[in-house]
Amino acid sequence: MSSTLRTVCASAAIVTIAATACTSTKSTDSSGSGATGSAAGGTVKVGLVTKTDTNPYFVKLRDSAKAEAQKQNAELIALAGKFDGDNEGQVAAIENLVQQGVKGILITPSNSTGILGALKKAKDAGIVVIALDTETDPKDAVDATYATNNVTAGELQGKYVKATLGVTAPKIIMMDGTAGGTVDEMRHRGFLQGIGVAEGSPQIVGKANTNGDQNKAQAAMENLLQRSTDVNAVYTINEPAARGAYAAISAKNLQSKITMASIDGGCQGVQDVKDGKYLATVMQFPKKMAEQGVDAVVKFAKDGSKPSGFQDTGAQVISDKPVAGLDIKDTAWGLQNCWG
Amino acid sequence: MSSTTTAPPAAAPSKEDRRGLADLWLRSPTLGPLIALAIAVVIFSLTSSTFMNIDNMSLVLQQTIVIATLALGQTLVILTAGIDLANAAIMVLGSLLFAKLAAQGQPPLLALVAGFAVCTVIGAVSGALVTRLKLPPFIVTLGLLTVVTALGRLYSDGNSWPVTSDLLGYLGKGSYLFGQFYVTPGMFVMLAMFGIVWYALSHTAWGKHVYAVGNDEEAARLTGIHVRQTLFSVYVVAGLIYAVAAWQALGRIPNADPNAFQTGNLDSITAVVIGGTSLFGGRGGVWGTLVGALIVAVLRSGLTQAGIDSLYQDVATGLLVIAAVAFDQWARRRAL
Repeated sequence: MSSTLRTVCASAAIVTIAATACTSTKSTDSSGSGATGSAAGGTVKVGLVTKTDTNPYFVKLRDSAKAEAQKQNAELIALAGKFDGDNEGQVAAIENLVQQGVKGILITPSNSTGILGALKKAKDAGIVVIALDTETDPKDAVDATYATNNVTAGELQGKYVKATLGVTAPKIIMMDGTAGGTVDEMRHRGFLQGIGVAEGSPQIVGKANTNGDQNKAQAAMENLLQRSTDVNAVYTINEPAARGAYAAISAKNLQSKITMASIDGGCQGVQDVKDGKYLATVMQFPKKMAEQGVDAVVKFAKDGSKPSGFQDTGAQVISDKPVAGLDIKDTAWGLQNCWG
Repeated sequence: MSSTTTAPPAAAPSKEDRRGLADLWLRSPTLGPLIALAIAVVIFSLTSSTFMNIDNMSLVLQQTIVIATLALGQTLVILTAGIDLANAAIMVLGSLLFAKLAAQGQPPLLALVAGFAVCTVIGAVSGALVTRLKLPPFIVTLGLLTVVTALGRLYSDGNSWPVTSDLLGYLGKGSYLFGQFYVTPGMFVMLAMFGIVWYALSHTAWGKHVYAVGNDEEAARLTGIHVRQTLFSVYVVAGLIYAVAAWQALGRIPNADPNAFQTGNLDSITAVVIGGTSLFGGRGGVWGTLVGALIVAVLRSGLTQAGIDSLYQDVATGLLVIAAVAFDQWARRRAL
């Protein structure tokens, strides 16, 4: 009986290792702890842990990091969680990278608090740790953060909608992401600041959690519009949510009445803005995050100087209908700089 | 078990009355869900002035189509005491095939045929793994869920693919009846599919075999039913139904997204269970599933219009699932 149990445990362990190894884009030969010694052969190893390896946003982040590492003559080891929120997967990836003797770890934390222990171990091993895209909580769990300021991004979105509405008082429907998500909450808060409406105000006609899923957003918007079509502004957490909302809005022929804006800057999102499905989207720059992250690790390997603090990698409003007082780039520029 | 008298209304229900109720439930499993649906509709009509509109009825129906179609295939699998965790992933892969092939310049009809073929083949793979390797359906479809989801993302490069073809978006393009009721071809297709599967289950030898296999596989074998063939055919038919769901999904939003319908498998199981089909197999039917899917859509619609937060809507749906299964268990214990 116990031998059966051992076999089961052993096979489980093998499966786990195999699964982890499969998500690595580059296998390395040694597993010795080389974190304290200088990198053998002169190449600096940089670890990257994204939330998933399927979302085009993280694919762009990974590809940009790989290109920058190549340019700097460094080696990038990219790992990922299996799904958004996969803390265990990210922890295993961090431990794996420490084992491989990386100089620095770039991470987009799935859950800002779930991976603190593993990050501390990495830092204690003398590795520089940088958060990309999403901050950790507390912020000093990492040496530095290179990310979009999501409150600012939401604020730009809100300001754009407010400027388009002019003197008309906003009546808002909010297509939120996931309840309790850090980024979701920041964008939501930023949007309300930008448009100048307080949380809980009756000017917010309705809101719903869409999980960023186009079909959930469509059904939610249909149901909210059923309650009242007296709406002139729509916030969406990301571009799939905007796509679903647009399907519901256009079915009711309300496009001309409603000003909708989104956040992300994916290529299809920019295309949707160009096609007039909604007026604007706020672009993020995963490429910048990745490049600056790799550069910082390489610099640390050379002269031992650690980066620190929060680096805003910027947010850019993309629209073909400019408004006064906001820096806006058109969709032609957007399509050149989009991700995915 | 075979009591034909229904329970008379009495002040204090005796044991016989309760047994009568349990018996009634077992003989007509669609009755409970229908009553629940009626209650929900009445309550929301009273609490919201916008719920009982003709155009809202159309919307609820449109919102039901994709999950109900997924749940139709799921019903077949669950009737054989199986479960299909991969159905929404298969559907999403199908929709990506439709959209990407068409976007790459293939004739839409060819894209449609290819998508249908791939979904049906994946259904056949599930069936073969269940019948030939004798693996539990839960494990087979859990594995396929991961594999098919990854295939969809690889095939689509993680991007979503918009659809411009009239054929691929056809099921969602309708017209207004009575001025307000937006009627789409997809509604008729859904109802026709439920009708066909209902007929096959209740009026053909194949249908009786499906129920028999779900009730007791060994007994079915002993009475000469080809258990493996029956099971295999159920998974193939389910795969075909998921392809129709994929076509329906493009009618809803003309855009195939690899990240859509991530909870579609669980949503379809929810509809089946609320619809009174037993997870132990052998009992239930397709109309209950349609009613189950309608109940979930009515709850979402009514609660949203009453201004209730989405998270409480999830709470309500979850409690309904537990209540439905609890009632099912209770009825079985009473009647036996």
